[in-house]
Amino acid sequence: MSAAERASVAPAPSPRRRWVPGVLPGFRPTLGVTLTYLSLIVLIPLAGLVLKTAELSWADFWRTVSGARALATYRISFGGACIAALVNAACGLIVAWVLARYRFPGKAIADSLVDLPLALPTSVAGIALTAIYSKGGWIGRLLEPHGIHVAFAPAGVVVAMVFVGLPFVVRTIQPVLLDLDPQAEEASCVLGATRLQTFRKVIFPALLPSLMTGFALAFARAVGEYGSIVFISGNMPLRTEIVPLLIITKLDQYDYPGATALAVVMLAGSFVLLMTINALQAWSRRGLHG
Amino acid sequence: MADAWASAHEATRSADVALAAVPAGGDNRLPPPAMSEPWPVRLLLIAFALGFLGLFVVLPILSVFLEAFGQGLSTYVSRLAQPESLAAIRLTLVTASIAVPLNVVFGVSAAWVVSKYRFPGKSLLVTLIDLPFSVSPVVSGLIYVLMFGRRGVLGPWLEAHGLRIIFATPGIVLATIFVTFPFVAREVLPIMQDQGNDEEEAALTLGAGGWRIFWQVTLPKVKWGILYGVILCNARSMGEFGAVSVVSGHIRGETNTMPLQVEILYNDYDTVGAFALASLLMGLALATLVAKKIIEPRQFRR
Repeated sequence: MSAAERASVAPAPSPRRRWVPGVLPGFRPTLGVTLTYLSLIVLIPLAGLVLKTAELSWADFWRTVSGARALATYRISFGGACIAALVNAACGLIVAWVLARYRFPGKAIADSLVDLPLALPTSVAGIALTAIYSKGGWIGRLLEPHGIHVAFAPAGVVVAMVFVGLPFVVRTIQPVLLDLDPQAEEASCVLGATRLQTFRKVIFPALLPSLMTGFALAFARAVGEYGSIVFISGNMPLRTEIVPLLIITKLDQYDYPGATALAVVMLAGSFVLLMTINALQAWSRRGLHG
Repeated sequence: MADAWASAHEATRSADVALAAVPAGGDNRLPPPAMSEPWPVRLLLIAFALGFLGLFVVLPILSVFLEAFGQGLSTYVSRLAQPESLAAIRLTLVTASIAVPLNVVFGVSAAWVVSKYRFPGKSLLVTLIDLPFSVSPVVSGLIYVLMFGRRGVLGPWLEAHGLRIIFATPGIVLATIFVTFPFVAREVLPIMQDQGNDEEEAALTLGAGGWRIFWQVTLPKVKWGILYGVILCNARSMGEFGAVSVVSGHIRGETNTMPLQVEILYNDYDTVGAFALASLLMGLALATLVAKKIIEPRQFRR
């Protein structure tokens, strides 16, 4: 066989391989709609943030983000979110456990109510929590005589953050609990472990990755939260002021550079959190399948 | 890198849209009694869980309705029917009626393009779709002010042409669209991915065109997902506070949506008026939870 013949037998390589997205029609219009919409709604406004950030001088940026008032807001926002996420991790674990494992009257309603903080406008949550925890409220009335102040105090910030973060831990743990292989528990039981040992050594390690994911999600939500907190916190600078509120205060004073600088800090924070959540997710998947 | 973002967003999404994450029929998988806890422990845990939910969820619900109706129905109606509150209700309805349909068109077309084709930059696109879930609402509003506000990038140009976006309805609609656009896409996408393209491809070989495939093959499979996305999207559009608060300017009777008007009335010490308006939003939230309960089991069923 001559070289020429061999070449004619082999499938002729097309001069330019045409890249095909798929066989179904509609690629161009749907991609067009999607990209146009995303550009108008997301990319162009984000470009504004980038341009405004570029206008900042490094010295101005640093002065804004490291001022005493800004530092205090980080402490309240990040510290409060950390406490709230811990509360949610502990209580959310129990709620998820009860919903996944036990039968009791009202269970379907309890399960639905877990999602309320996601469906309720934050300003409604804010005024309701304030009414409950202020001096004359149902719980404030019980606490204030003992000198415990929740509304218009740092504790109020944490209460609001617990409320908004509540669904996250429950909803990340619950599916894992339902998917847990009962054989591991059976084996542990047959081998003579007590129920507590089984929980500590068999169940909890399997839940840990999703528990930490839920913690991180609740934390992220609490850091960015604005609506429900501004009512109950009293918004005292240096004491109960959160980062988003300081951004709004700066905007109201037409201090765009200051607001932009703080927004950049928050976005950087969200980015670090996303990376953390991503790593936790990867760990959680390995835990499930490995 | 883009993949990392995408899966991190996946995590955020699963809880934020959340409203969705749990497979139905958990009761069938209860462990046998021998492997459960002794009854006092069970009772204690159930009591603790219900106590926690009662404290953080049930009390706020009761408190809203009690504060709203506490001084009688006629006070409720009269405080609710103030002109500014009615204007807020109108603005909220207008905003949602623009934002939700646009987000449905975007959501369905984004889900279609992501689930039916392979193309470079797909995971970056998915990341962008999820972006609003990971950004603080205040920052979401801020980016529009920085772009369209009086001292924003386009501010001078808009002013010269007599256009107003920030502190006006267009800004409110834009901010609302931004925080709610992932909801429909995020509900429809997993269903389209889950069900594959076999039936669409069969329809194609039988001679159906793109629109016909969508209406007669794909739409019946994803209709519950779309409806679910619409309900979540609607709840959030009517309830968004932080982002809208930044762009609204709080002009009374003009640029206050219902959640913003709740704040104004509350700060004016019109407690009944604030809670009356809040009771409508609470009703919407509870209706959303009921709708979720009804639609969720149907979503992935054929």
